[in-house]
Amino acid sequence: MNKSKVGLLYILPWLIGFVFLTAYPFLNALVTSFTDYNLIGSAHFVGIDNYISLFTKKDFIKTINNTFVYTLMTVPLQLAFSLIVAFILNFELKGIRFYRTAYYIPSILGGNVAVAVLWRFMFQQNGVVNFILGRFGIAPIGWFSRPAGAMTIIILLKIWQFGSSMLIFLAALKNVPKELYEAADVDGAKKFRQFFTITIPLITPTIFFNLVMQLNNAFQEFNGPYLVTGNGPLNATYMTSMFIYDNAFKYYRMGYASAASWVLFSIIVVITLVLFYTQDKWVFYSDEG
Amino acid sequence: MNTNNSAYEMRVDSMSTDNKRTMSRELRRQRSEEISKAIRYIILTVGAFIMIYPILWLIGGTFKDNSEIFTSISFIPSHIDFKAYADGWHTRTQYNFGKYYLNTFMYVIPKIFFTVASSTLVAYGFARFEFPFKKILFALFMSTLFLPQVVIRIPLYLMWKKFGLLDTYIPLIATSVFANEPFFVFMIIQFLRSTPTYLDEAATLDGCNSFQRLIFIILPVLKPTIVSCLIFQFIWSFNDFLGPLIYITSLAKYPVSLALKMSVDTSSGVVAWNQILAMSFIALLPAIILYFVAQKYFTEGIAASGVKG
Repeated sequence: MNKSKVGLLYILPWLIGFVFLTAYPFLNALVTSFTDYNLIGSAHFVGIDNYISLFTKKDFIKTINNTFVYTLMTVPLQLAFSLIVAFILNFELKGIRFYRTAYYIPSILGGNVAVAVLWRFMFQQNGVVNFILGRFGIAPIGWFSRPAGAMTIIILLKIWQFGSSMLIFLAALKNVPKELYEAADVDGAKKFRQFFTITIPLITPTIFFNLVMQLNNAFQEFNGPYLVTGNGPLNATYMTSMFIYDNAFKYYRMGYASAASWVLFSIIVVITLVLFYTQDKWVFYSDEG
Repeated sequence: MNTNNSAYEMRVDSMSTDNKRTMSRELRRQRSEEISKAIRYIILTVGAFIMIYPILWLIGGTFKDNSEIFTSISFIPSHIDFKAYADGWHTRTQYNFGKYYLNTFMYVIPKIFFTVASSTLVAYGFARFEFPFKKILFALFMSTLFLPQVVIRIPLYLMWKKFGLLDTYIPLIATSVFANEPFFVFMIIQFLRSTPTYLDEAATLDGCNSFQRLIFIILPVLKPTIVSCLIFQFIWSFNDFLGPLIYITSLAKYPVSLALKMSVDTSSGVVAWNQILAMSFIALLPAIILYFVAQKYFTEGIAASGVKG
């Protein structure tokens, strides 16, 4: 065998999977989105009817809105929390293992249905959250009956899981040369200033990576809203991913759902590409990187 | 003499004030250092408590009765009683939770095995070989890392339907055979890139072919990374909800995630909440145990995936 082909042999499993489990479905979704396929009978070409009907229907627009609100609330807050906690944990601390565990464990458990169950319990009218708020003299909040309340619950659930991006930041911070901080200490720069003048600029590549990944996740979020609040009051927590799921797997409107999935996909891709193109404005890669 | 003396004293005087000044500055610096340290500990500790409070409350709740669950913010129950676990385990369906657990492992175990095997092969190919179209293939590979899965879900469902494989575990396992979760491949590639190639080269001189090199040279160094992959894939596929929700329809094949969801949905009227909490805790247990057994693989795996991204 030609030596230069050996590598191809090793990546063959991925290549086959890429063609049949990624590329083909990817294009197939696009084709289906121009049809009225509904599992029964055959598909008819309907042009851009599905897209027109999506954008003229209030409920789809509403899910896009909700998804944006959810993403714009969760991603920056998650990034901020994970960065700040990682910054503090990066000082030499006693009990670092305990702290790391406490902050990371919600990320490991967060995807589990059990956590959604737990969230539903805690935020009930007579649940523990209202009970705690009551101690501070705050009247019980109808978390599930008010649109903003329902959205708040699922946002909190997401932010609670900032642990894995925190670990990524922590690893990046370990690579920031200690001498830089020491020099800043000598110059009398406060820790607070060091955070903005040394830490942040040096780990912009990691911030960028986390930002792209989290945006991607948040736009597709399904479990949290589906399991905790459902559609929510007045569809306040009805996300685009849930809209796609309902249309595809409940009503079997495959063409319509495919069109919705392509809209969501395009939004994510456009935002990701914009971020990639603005990279050189704010992301600093070290020379040897 | 005199003048000399006074000059000397003056010098000593000025020195001591200088010293005093630097000393007090040093003290102040130390004190502010200590204060900021204390603030860091306080913030961290309060934050950590808020983070784990829900989990502790869940565990405590499994021992409480309904009225105590809703009226006590303490996570320490007033008495310890495992009745909720025993009752919850039986469920209201014809199967007990053990069955749902077994069902989960039916696809989780093959899935983690195939993930590790296929991801290692593919990562080895990308990291250690030159071949035609490598650049473009690698770019395609990287793009799948960012591909929103939502867009391929419907066609995949239609494909498995065509094959008559709905309501089986095959759709849940199949993608892992083809290294279709780029995260793991990427993690291994990153690790291989940071390991030197001289051992590979020595082995080649000794007449090892590429597969023997993979088995005897690469795999031993790769062990920690592989353990990280195993752990993450275990937790992710164990937690996976949307996959089973789409593909598994018969109760006899339900995994833990679907069974738990069902137990919440069907409980109307008088519900023993502590049983649901108990089963929730049971569902979290594998991940919790795994974390404490293999902590370092978690942190190292996460770190490796992101830093050089």
